[in-house]
Amino acid sequence: MSKPRTWPAHVFLAAGALVMLAPFAWQLVVSLQTLPDSLRVPPKFTPSWQWSNFADVFRSVPLARQFLNTVVVTAAVTAGQLLLCSLAAFAFARLRFPGRGALFLLFLAVLMVPGELFLIPRYEIMQGLGWLNSLQALIAPGVFGAFGTFMLRQFFLSLPRELDEAASIDGASPLQIYWHILLPLVRPGLLALGMLTVMWSWSSLLWPLVVNTDPEMMTLSAGLASLRGQFLTNFPILFAGSVVASLPVIVLFAVMQRQLIAGIAFTGSKG
Amino acid sequence: MHSRREWAWGYLLIAPMALGLAVFYLWPIAQTLYLSMTESGVFGGYTWVGTANFADLFTDEEMYGALGNTLLYSVLVLAGVPLSIVVAALLNVPGLRGLSIYRTLYFLPVVTMPAAVGLTWSYLFNGDFGAINHVLGTVGIDGPYWLGDPDFAIYAIAVVGIWSSIGYNAVLFLAGLQGIPRHYYEAAEIDGAGRLRQFFRITLPLLTPTTFFVVVITMINALQVFDLVYLMIDLKSPALEGSRTIVYLFYETGFVQNQRGLAAAIAVILLVLILVLTAIQFRLQKKWVHYE
Repeated sequence: MSKPRTWPAHVFLAAGALVMLAPFAWQLVVSLQTLPDSLRVPPKFTPSWQWSNFADVFRSVPLARQFLNTVVVTAAVTAGQLLLCSLAAFAFARLRFPGRGALFLLFLAVLMVPGELFLIPRYEIMQGLGWLNSLQALIAPGVFGAFGTFMLRQFFLSLPRELDEAASIDGASPLQIYWHILLPLVRPGLLALGMLTVMWSWSSLLWPLVVNTDPEMMTLSAGLASLRGQFLTNFPILFAGSVVASLPVIVLFAVMQRQLIAGIAFTGSKG
Repeated sequence: MHSRREWAWGYLLIAPMALGLAVFYLWPIAQTLYLSMTESGVFGGYTWVGTANFADLFTDEEMYGALGNTLLYSVLVLAGVPLSIVVAALLNVPGLRGLSIYRTLYFLPVVTMPAAVGLTWSYLFNGDFGAINHVLGTVGIDGPYWLGDPDFAIYAIAVVGIWSSIGYNAVLFLAGLQGIPRHYYEAAEIDGAGRLRQFFRITLPLLTPTTFFVVVITMINALQVFDLVYLMIDLKSPALEGSRTIVYLFYETGFVQNQRGLAAAIAVILLVLILVLTAIQFRLQKKWVHYE
């Protein structure tokens, strides 16, 4: 086969990448501008090195507190998802019990219902428990997920049967087989699900917005949204907050992108 | 194998997840269906009103507005799907270097918090000092007040919607492309088919299962758009009328005006809309999706 030239592809891809990157670059520039500079016509495309914006955003809203809230919620939700989804996925993929098929269909049905249908009753559950404006309100519903169960089941199904059969003959219990033999082998799936959960949990807006209205208990996502109301035109401070809020996930993604992409491609092509 | 023990283990390991799904998913679905037939009282509690909420919504102009905006947004975002195919095809060029760098850059909007994304784009789309109108101005176009104008707001939001989904969809398409056996192309090359012909005669038809999947997922997500509207359109903006989506109306009704029963009815309508449109997609797939 003839070796094709790659430079035309590079031209288009680089142009597209510029469009992808430009808003981020622009956000970073404005986060370092003074307020008058940020409102100039025509726009000023260079920073004024106003580093105090980053201190101001921490001073004007409980950003540090919201950052901590987001970290705690994301970590708890991700750990919970990985444990509970992998347990259920293992059982669905490797164990035989009556009603397995029907139960799994029920899980799939949950997957197809839009999130808005859960919102009001969940809110009332939290209200009933006295959990409004608490971190557990953000964590509790998040640790359960039909998607993660479905995704990890695919990974468990792709492993050879002989593995657990041999271990079972040696007297290992299903829990031992799950923990010692199969779980290490679905590590790529766990990493991918972990990354996706971190991303979703870190960014989610509607549920946190509804359930936690006290700024001290907000996550970054809701905190930023409320910041917009308070400082309608103060884009430099707003963007300093945005940079702080989005940087951790971007860094994590840069480090882990291979696993995440593999996971998406895996479930995507089998979905 | 001790099958009784296996049963017990099966139920035991599924129990935590099943319990959680029952409490936070299944019960809420049933509850929302029930609430959609009630009206919330001033002092809490609900009274049964039958189908009155739905009757109200079907004569409500705001509901029709939201429905129209949501459908327009979904069509616009779906029209952006071919862009992801092009990006994936370019990333799939044999011998291309820098794949992971491109992937990272195109994926950046996917991993970034929508709050940050929405705020940045609302700045870019600002009618006075926004960079977009500045760029349009340099080629002689007088841009509108995008996010303050009910006729333009939804288009601006759709631009952001497309921009933030290209990377995710391109990854799915790239996986689809890599599943196409090379020998098809080798045979085509022997027959003297050019690159473009190969793309239209081999790549696109063999990519239709992935395309179907991406179209369905993109549509379902687009029908539920909320974050971008909430972040880019100010509550008092006149543009809200032209950009209020169904989920936005649901949020406003249920959690700003506290009309829970009516909001539940809106959620049920959204569910029906998604089910109907997805069913139509599955019907239509027989006409254009080729499975090997």
